[in-house]
Amino acid sequence: MNEKVLLRNIDTPGSHNLAAYQTAGGYRSVASALADFTPGELIELVKTAGLRGRGGAGFPTGVKWGFVPRDSGKPVYLCCNADEAEPGTFKDRALMENDPHMVIEGILIAAYAIGATTTYVYIRGEYTVSIERMEAAIAEAYSNGLLGENILNSGFSHDVHVHRGAGAYICGEETALLESIEGRRAQPKFKPPFPAVSGLYGFPTVINNVETLSCLPHIVERGADWFNSIGPERSPGPKLYCVSGLVRKPGLYELPMGTSLRELLDEHAGGPRSGRLKAVIPGGVSAPMIPANDIDIGMDFDSLAAAGSMLGSAGVIVLDDTACIVRVALRIMEFFNHESCGKCTPCREGNAWAAKVLRRLEAGRGQREDLDQLAFLCDGIFGNSFCALGDAAAWSLGAALKHFRDEFERHINDGKCPYH
Amino acid sequence: MQEHVKEQINEIAGRYRTRRSAIMPALALVQETVDSLHGDILMEVANLLDVPEIWVFEVATFYEMFHTEPVGKFHIQLCTNVSCMLAQAEQLAQHLETKLQISRGGTTPDGMFTLTTVECLGSCNTAPVMMVNRDYHENLDEQRIDDLLVQFRQQMEH
Repeated sequence: MNEKVLLRNIDTPGSHNLAAYQTAGGYRSVASALADFTPGELIELVKTAGLRGRGGAGFPTGVKWGFVPRDSGKPVYLCCNADEAEPGTFKDRALMENDPHMVIEGILIAAYAIGATTTYVYIRGEYTVSIERMEAAIAEAYSNGLLGENILNSGFSHDVHVHRGAGAYICGEETALLESIEGRRAQPKFKPPFPAVSGLYGFPTVINNVETLSCLPHIVERGADWFNSIGPERSPGPKLYCVSGLVRKPGLYELPMGTSLRELLDEHAGGPRSGRLKAVIPGGVSAPMIPANDIDIGMDFDSLAAAGSMLGSAGVIVLDDTACIVRVALRIMEFFNHESCGKCTPCREGNAWAAKVLRRLEAGRGQREDLDQLAFLCDGIFGNSFCALGDAAAWSLGAALKHFRDEFERHINDGKCPYH
Repeated sequence: MQEHVKEQINEIAGRYRTRRSAIMPALALVQETVDSLHGDILMEVANLLDVPEIWVFEVATFYEMFHTEPVGKFHIQLCTNVSCMLAQAEQLAQHLETKLQISRGGTTPDGMFTLTTVECLGSCNTAPVMMVNRDYHENLDEQRIDDLLVQFRQQMEH
């Protein structure tokens, strides 16, 4: 039995209330952080713990914090990225709905470390319960001296506000998220300058994911060595895995980083629904699919990257042998086409074109040249757009073509989808 | 725009460095009180925040959840992304189209229902899922959808 860390309060009745959180020891870590650590020591602690960003990129959190110029005299902002919209992902929603105070405690620790005066929690607009729970928890924290002026008599002051999204996947990209908070269309910006130097309103800004921030109270409480001892050395810590699709026990699983995909599927999630696995998308639809034969792989940043995929948001979508890969690829490209912000031509036009070709293939009207056309489009989109949205689309489609070319060919040869 | 909405928007604007940042929260608040975010109301928001109207217009037309055209009393948003698709969401979309006699994107003539298919709602472990106004409805099948439609109609009669 694995110890629950991030989900340890989730089954407690009323876990979203301050009283329940404090009964379970909540807010002791931030008290300790404010009393016993300098900001610099906290940054070192998080670096030593080896915490890497849970939003998808896996960038070391302490290193990111370290990029914020010290004592520049400028205001520093923290943004909590809660725009969880990567298809297949529902972990941040679970944390915000059931343990919003853990998120706030994490925010406070991060804010103190980087010297931020204000945090904006960017929550996707569809998450009405998350928004309500986070707003209620923020209000509770203010009225109990855990937010606002002179928190816990430490001399540290901090404000937290929820900024509600309004239905745009691209807001999860950090520069787009900042544009959105500034009241603009969410279109990614060129980096550098990186947000740590010039972010929100042109001031130093750190953007951290909900799950990343939620790890912080535990690191302060139990130490860097404890965190580092969980999972692989270069990618440690507890991790939330969202399992969905054609699987017997879909759900949210907390297991050590690096747990094998096979163990996650077979021992925890009950295995593929039909009993015969075809492929797994390991990290939301942006992550290239992995064929059934290759699932003896660690679910961590480095192992999946080495295998040509990525951990991403750990949205694990299971495809058993009843799933049509062409249809899945089509739906993924329709998604990226819909969510492309329209700024870069390769992404805007390429995704639309690829979706059109895939629609034709799935309808049984595909031709041999279509496969070359798709490969050409993948090449044209990849690496030629401002942000990672276009890359993800091309990468994802490329993996389907590489591993399941025979299925695409069958659609052409049979003149129809073999599954529908 | 009602006075208390204006007050709320001004209060929210105080949380940001610029009044432009309050455009999204303002539109979300105003949308709860009007049929749609039409040109006049966008102008009012712009005046209240003291920003050019185009700034408000470009935000209102970029984000999916802002409606510049009226939607029904019950806005049914059915997820059809991969996990829901694998749980037969497409069949449910067709079922809803048949039951409501509208195609996706449309609104029933009585203004009761608008049906749209949407991207992932972040509830993939309970697929298929739809959002109706502010509420999620999970683990759907045709029967459950039929029951919900009856329930919504009854809510309107009371």
